[in-house]
Order: sequence, then structure tokens, then C-alpha cells
Amino acid sequence: MGAGAVGRVRVGEGSGRLSVETEVELETVDLAATPLRELNQRLHDAESGRFRIVNPNGAHAVACGLRAPLDVEILGHVGYYCAGMNQHAHVRVRGNAGTGLAENLMSGSVVVEGNASQSAGATGRGGLLVIHGNAAARCGISMKGIDIVVRGSIGHMSAFMAQRGCLVVCGDTGDALGDSLYEAHLYVRGAVAGLGADCVEKPMRDHHAAELQSLLARAGFDDLDPSDFRRYGSARRLYNFAVDNAGSY
Amino acid sequence: MAVADGWHPGLRESYLYDRNVIAEIQRAAREGIYDIRGFGAKRRVPHFDDLLLLGASISRYPLEGYRERCATDVVLGTRFAKKPLELKIPVTIAGMSFGALSAPAKEALGRGASEVGTSTTTGDGGMTEEERQSSKTLVYQLLPSRYGMNPDDLRRADAIEVVVGQGAKPGGGGMLLGHKISDRVAAMRDLPKGIDQRSASRHPDWTGPDDLEIKIHELREITDWEKPVFVKVGATRTYYDVQLAVKAGADVIVVDGMQGGTAATQDVFIEHAGIPTLAATRLAVDALQELGLHRQVQLIVSGGIRTGADVAKALALGADAVSIGTAALIAMGDNSPEHDEEYRAIGSAAGYYDDWQAGRDPAGISTQDDELAARFDPEVGGRRIANYLRVLTLETQTLARACGKSHVHNLEPEDLVALTVEAAAMARVPLAGTSWIPGA
Amino acid sequence: MCGIVGLFCKNPELELSLGPYLSAMLVQMDDRGPDSAGVALYRNPAPDGWSKLTLYSADPAEDWGALGLEVVETRARHAVLLAPGDADEAESRIRAERPDLRVMSAGRVIEIYKEVGRPAEFARAFRLADFEGTHGLGHTRMATESRVTTEGSHPFSTGHDLCLVHNGSLSNHNRLREKLCREGIVFQTENDTEVAAGYLTWRLREGATLEEALEGCLDDLDGFYTFLVGTADGFAVLRDPIACKPAVLGETDDWVAMASEYRAIAVLPGAAEATMWEPEPSVVYAWEKAVAA
Repeated sequence: MGAGAVGRVRVGEGSGRLSVETEVELETVDLAATPLRELNQRLHDAESGRFRIVNPNGAHAVACGLRAPLDVEILGHVGYYCAGMNQHAHVRVRGNAGTGLAENLMSGSVVVEGNASQSAGATGRGGLLVIHGNAAARCGISMKGIDIVVRGSIGHMSAFMAQRGCLVVCGDTGDALGDSLYEAHLYVRGAVAGLGADCVEKPMRDHHAAELQSLLARAGFDDLDPSDFRRYGSARRLYNFAVDNAGSY
Repeated sequence: MAVADGWHPGLRESYLYDRNVIAEIQRAAREGIYDIRGFGAKRRVPHFDDLLLLGASISRYPLEGYRERCATDVVLGTRFAKKPLELKIPVTIAGMSFGALSAPAKEALGRGASEVGTSTTTGDGGMTEEERQSSKTLVYQLLPSRYGMNPDDLRRADAIEVVVGQGAKPGGGGMLLGHKISDRVAAMRDLPKGIDQRSASRHPDWTGPDDLEIKIHELREITDWEKPVFVKVGATRTYYDVQLAVKAGADVIVVDGMQGGTAATQDVFIEHAGIPTLAATRLAVDALQELGLHRQVQLIVSGGIRTGADVAKALALGADAVSIGTAALIAMGDNSPEHDEEYRAIGSAAGYYDDWQAGRDPAGISTQDDELAARFDPEVGGRRIANYLRVLTLETQTLARACGKSHVHNLEPEDLVALTVEAAAMARVPLAGTSWIPGA
Repeated sequence: MCGIVGLFCKNPELELSLGPYLSAMLVQMDDRGPDSAGVALYRNPAPDGWSKLTLYSADPAEDWGALGLEVVETRARHAVLLAPGDADEAESRIRAERPDLRVMSAGRVIEIYKEVGRPAEFARAFRLADFEGTHGLGHTRMATESRVTTEGSHPFSTGHDLCLVHNGSLSNHNRLREKLCREGIVFQTENDTEVAAGYLTWRLREGATLEEALEGCLDDLDGFYTFLVGTADGFAVLRDPIACKPAVLGETDDWVAMASEYRAIAVLPGAAEATMWEPEPSVVYAWEKAVAA
């Protein structure tokens, strides 16, 4: 086993195969002592591993640009752009996150136990973002394939120009939800303060319910019933410029 | 339809309501939608043509051609990046999207630029393979739309350009109409095929220079501080914008004057928003000098650069480099007389064609139609670009040598005079034959 | 553009440390505002029948004693002075007799200090760590469309014991400035924030409550803003309807704090356990000290 790894080998779990379970060592980095640049470089250079980051104290760009299936846990609140443009990694923030959490997420996951500020999941192209608390304005803005599940409520102008992916809101939404919406799927359980241009309520069909169920399960919110949610999507009236749409712009 | 200009005794055309204005008002009344077109501002505004260079005579001595070198190299991104860009000539290819342009056209730009040792720039659709393979030095744009944005391309780019705006439409976002949203473009941009792309004018996750600073920091962290970060603005309140871009942490500032081209936007936006490149250049240099960072934060200007004279004058005002967009497309064959018949068939004419938004370009440049794009040979196009860039460089050197400069960067405002009061005031150089600088 | 910080002490014991904590918060906002810094502190009430002015002189050797007012203390090129009677009268007299001096603030409890330079230098020059007080606001500035000068720095005084700091960019301030000039409001800079401050002064002068004046901003100001307003008894926060500029609020049993970024709040004691939230757009949030029994 690699140097520094604590290994445990279990043989023949029922199927006769050799099953190897390795407990990977946890590396702790204290942002009060280590420069952010060093932390991020370490995370960029690692091909695997588990990391715990302490004392983030609202620092920006923590654990951004990751590109390997790392496991990263952050104890405390982070600033802007935590986990920005991440691929394959799994990041958990045990605190709140600032603006642009998981912006342009490509794959992997980001979980925030507290609240997220503006533009959470902005332009995300894949992966899963789960927010246990609330998200602020512009949640899922311009999303391009990311799945976002928010246990609490979200702010105004969320899913603005949302192109692809799913946004699930277990609480309420603010005003102008899905303004200028493209093909993203929006599911809301609570109250919608107002809908944006071209965003309309749509019937929940079986495959939508199945999609929603799967998202709730992946987020760990199995206690919620998909039938309590409503679906919103694009009316597709703004897809081609036409004089009669002039009021929508 | 081209109207024959004959002699109409007794008939007088209005200046305010000339034939073009009449045609546009009637078109608007018929169609109920604004006029969208490509190209840059077509009306005349003060420009580099209104400046002249003071060549050598008795008080100044020229350099000989050939043997006495006039160097043209420029390094972009020295402020913070580990790997600044080293270019052989002070002319780069501006950001133009795959989507606005065909794939072979993007490839040709890469080929030509690489041959002479300069850079190209991606556009509002992301990075194509053709582009990355063909261009040795590729600048990757981060736009409000974030179409195709991904960290792999960010890491394999040579520089990153945060686009706040462009000269043709400062305050506006990208535009691509349905007939140009082909399968490939749709896939790259995560859009349904054939729809008219709506565009964000602000970035989704930051607004203002204080938050831009944090965004630039994130981009550097993601790319381990290797790459220069450019900030591009359309020229409006250029003096403040340049200072703010510097404070936000830019390595290089790109200022695009109102004459800058676009693939598609409203005609009124193109003609009536932004300030001329001439004025913007002066303001940008003033801002950098006041911060004590001229030449340390590099300045690229664009918007109506056509000849080596434009290049030389922009450098003389203090730019480190210039960027070309419209001129590059023309060099590759846009608006060539050889397509005149086909232009006429689609309601235009060679020398007038600006319907880049329609995607029916017979030259195969501003189109997504496979048949039309196939007409464009990227190798030939690449050679044309390389030739044109060489001519721009030689012309610049000719003028610089005549002014006694061994490096084109040694051109300075004192080598310039103006032909008009407006140009003198905007460039802050004296009216020719006088020592008068209006407003100074 | 800018960084904003504000700290309101719920626990009187914390008042002794207002200065050091506000200073620590301010320094966290250095990146957002490298051009100039300023604070408004609420402390040391003037005795009954007296008012308090903070004045600024461009002359570092200014003889503050020669003004005929009681000098309380001097810091850098600022001085805190007591004047008998009404603050308006004292201010008018100073403006008339010494137009070269800048009146930074007037009232009973407020003191405003501001200067070009970075927040760490500012904190040192003004010995911020010495200050105690009930509450304070701070601002770091990245000048957008006006010059980097002391006058152009925030906080702007909007009236007795009132001040404003702003993060954002207004778009209709030039015409509004003209209108307010005609109403008798005096401006010293081309700064957009000064116009917002003048607007609040005007509305309050015309009888609006602070809440009404702030709500008036939603109709009469155009542009992007997060405002933090200081009053004799507390502070108020307002964001414009689009709310692009950041704002974070935090509260514990001992304090309420506001800042542009969480990391400025993170320096406060108990921040890790504080209730954190973001103000909604177009809603006025206000905190006031209860009047002592």
C-alpha cells in the first residue's frame, strides 16, 4: 500500500473476489497558518485523497479548480467562489458560503450545510450542488447542466437564463424565478414570489416526478414527497425575436 | 438594392432624412423589430486618419531600412503572470466567436497568427479544437454568457480575457440569431438548435470592480497563477475603467473603441454608443501613467485598425499593441469583389456587406452553413492573414524608422500632429503647424 | 468600488473594544478599497447644551485651539471640538470663518475620520484601536468616477449624528444633485454617494423619518447600491431592488455587524457561532439602542 496509507484488506466478501478497503489518511490544512495558494496548489497536484480545511474565515476561492476525485471538508464559513469550476471532487462546507459557490461546476459534488450567498451554482455545467440552508439571489443563474437542490429558500432572479440542468427548491423562491428561461427544469415546493419572463408552471408528468425523486435522494432529502412540488419551465415564446415579444425584454 | 447615383436637377436630398434613413424607417414600420447587423460603426468619427506622423528631417534622423533594426516585439502580462505572452509583432487577433465565424475561418486566423508570431482570441462560444490546434498563442475569453466555459480550456489557454464589454455595444451582451445556431454551435453553447440566442450583459457572478478583483483572483487560483489576465472594455468612461481594471488586478487592459466590429447587434447600438478609439487610447494611457503603471500593465487598443499607419499612431499615443477584428475578416475575403454577384443575390453588394448576423456569407466566413463554410480554405485564409499581418508590421516599421525609432514602442505622442481640432483635442496633440492643443 | 463595515454593540462591555474590532474589520476590506478609508464613531456624547464637530484641516500644523472652541482631541489632520449650543450654528460659523476647513461631522455623538490611503495605515494614523463607543461604521474606497480625495471618501455626513457609506454605483446622481442644490443642499465633490447622502438630509429636513427617507431612495435613486446609514442610536441597511452588490449581516448576543464580505465579520468574537444572513433587496433593516431607563 502506498506510503502513509493505512490499509485494511478484506478477502472474499461473498463473491470470492478480493475486496480491498483502504482508509485513506486525512490531511488537515489550517488556512490560518497556510497560504491559500499553497492549499490550492496541493489540491491541484493531488490525484486522490481526503482533506480537511480549518479556519477558512471567509477566504475566497477555497478549493477551486479541483480536477481529481478528492474528498474535501471545510470547517467554517467560506467567501466567494468556493469550489469554482471543480471537476470530479466532492466538497462539503460545514458553514456558509459566499457569492458564486460552485460557479461553473463541471462534475462531482458540493454540499453546503449552512446558507449560500448570491449566484450559487452560476453557469454550472454538471455535477450536484446541495444547499441545506437558503440560497440568496440569482441561484442557478445561467445554469448549463448542473443539478442544484436547496433545502431552504432561494432569492430573486434565480434560474435567470437557465439553459440546462435541474433546480430543486424545497422552500420558497423570490421574485422573477426563471426569467428568460431556456430548457432547465425547475421544481419548487414552497411559494413562488413571482415568475420571470417566459417561465410558466407546467404539469408534472411521471418522468419529471422520477427525476425529482432521484434528485431528492441524491441530496439526502428522502423525507420529502415529490408530489408536494410544482414544475416550472419555459413557455418558449422568446426563442425567436418577434415584435410581439417586445414587452418581455 | 444599390441605388444608382445620377444627377437629379431640382431634387434635393435631406441631410436628416436621406435615402438610408428613409429606408430604415420604412423597414422598421414594416417589420416591427430593430435592425440587427454586423460590422462596426460605418459613419465617420474622428480617427487615426486625422493624425499625422512627424518624420525625420534636420532635427531628427531616420533609421536605414533592413540593417538598422526597428524591433516590433511585445510582452503581454508581465505584472503578475508566471508565463507572460511573448509576441513578435504588436498586432493581435481580437476575440471573435465560433458561431459568429465558421470553424475554418477560426482555424485560418490561428494559422496566420502563428506564422508571424502573434495571438488569437476565442469568443462568445468557447474554444474550438481547430483554434487551439492551429493557434500557438490563444487567449481565452470569459464573457457574461459563459457559453462553453470550462477549466480544461482555461488551463490550456495561454491567457485569459475577462470581457466586460466591446466597443460596438458597450453595455450589451453577445447576440447570435437562430440560423447560425447549428448543431455544433448549439451543443457548445448548451442551447436548443435554431433559436435566437438571448444574452446577458452583466457577468452572472460578479458586478463592479471590487468583485471583479475577487473573480480575477479565483481565475488565477484555478490556473495556478500561470496565465496573464486581460480585462477588455468597450470604450466609454475609459479613464476610470482603466484605473479600475488595474485596481482589480488586470495584467493587460484591452480597450475597444466604438468603431469596433461585431457579428450582430442593433444598428443604433453600433453607431451611437461608445467613444472613438482615438479618444479612448489617450484616456487609457493617461490613466495608466497616472497610476505609474504605463508599460507595466500593458494596453491593447482595437476598433478600426486597418493599416500600419493606424498601428503606428496607436503605439505613438502609448498603446503596447493593437488588435484587429474586422480587418482580419476582410483580409480573409469578407466583402471581396469576387463574391459581388452572390452578395447582390442576398440583398447586398461587395464593399457594403454587413449582414454577418444572417449567416449566409458567400465567402464562408461569418456563416455556420456547411456548404458555404466549405468554400473557405483555412490554409489559404491563413496565408492571407499572415501576409496582411506582415504588411501591417512592415508599414509600422517604415513609419517608425522614419521617425528615428529602433523599437516601435519608442514612438511617442510628440511624434504626432492633428489635422482637425477634434482630433487634436481627443488625442491631445497639437494642430499641425501650431502649438495649440484644444482643451489642454 | 468599496468595502463597508459596521458594528453595533449590544453588550455594553463590548463598547470598550469598538475601535480595535472595527479596525480589524476595516483592514479585511483592504482589497475592495485601496484608495481611501473612513470611519464614523458614535461615542463621548457632548454635554447637554453643547454640540460636537469633527473638523479636517489640510494643514498638519493647524492650530485647533485658535478657533474659539473646546478641543477634545486631535488625530492626524482631524480634530474633535465642542461648541456651545446648536450644531448647525457652530457649523455655519466655521464654514463662514474658515472655509478652508472641512466639517466632517456635526451632532452630539458622531465623529467622522477619513483619509486617502490604505485601511491599515489609516487605522495606525488615527489610533483606531484606542476608540470605545456604542457603534461605528467604516468604509474602504475604490474610487469609480470621481477623484481620490479626502472629501470624496466615505462616510458622508448627512445631518446631525447621521452618516452614509455606500458600495455600488448610482446612475442618476448628476440631475439629482442639481435638484438638491436648488433645495439648498451643499455639495463639495462630484461623488455619487455624496448625492445619496444629500438626498437623505433633504428628506429628513422635510420631515420624513429615516425609514421613509431610505424607502424614498428606492424611487428616487437609480443604480446599484448597498447603503449603511449611521444614526445617533444605531444603524440601518438598504439594498437596491436588483441587489448585485454584496451585503452580509451577523448577530450574536453581544453585537450586530454588517459587512460587504463575511471575512470582515469573521474577525469578531463569537463570529463562528453568529446568526448570519443577507438583507433582502428593497427592505430597510434598522437597529437602535433602547433608551436607558
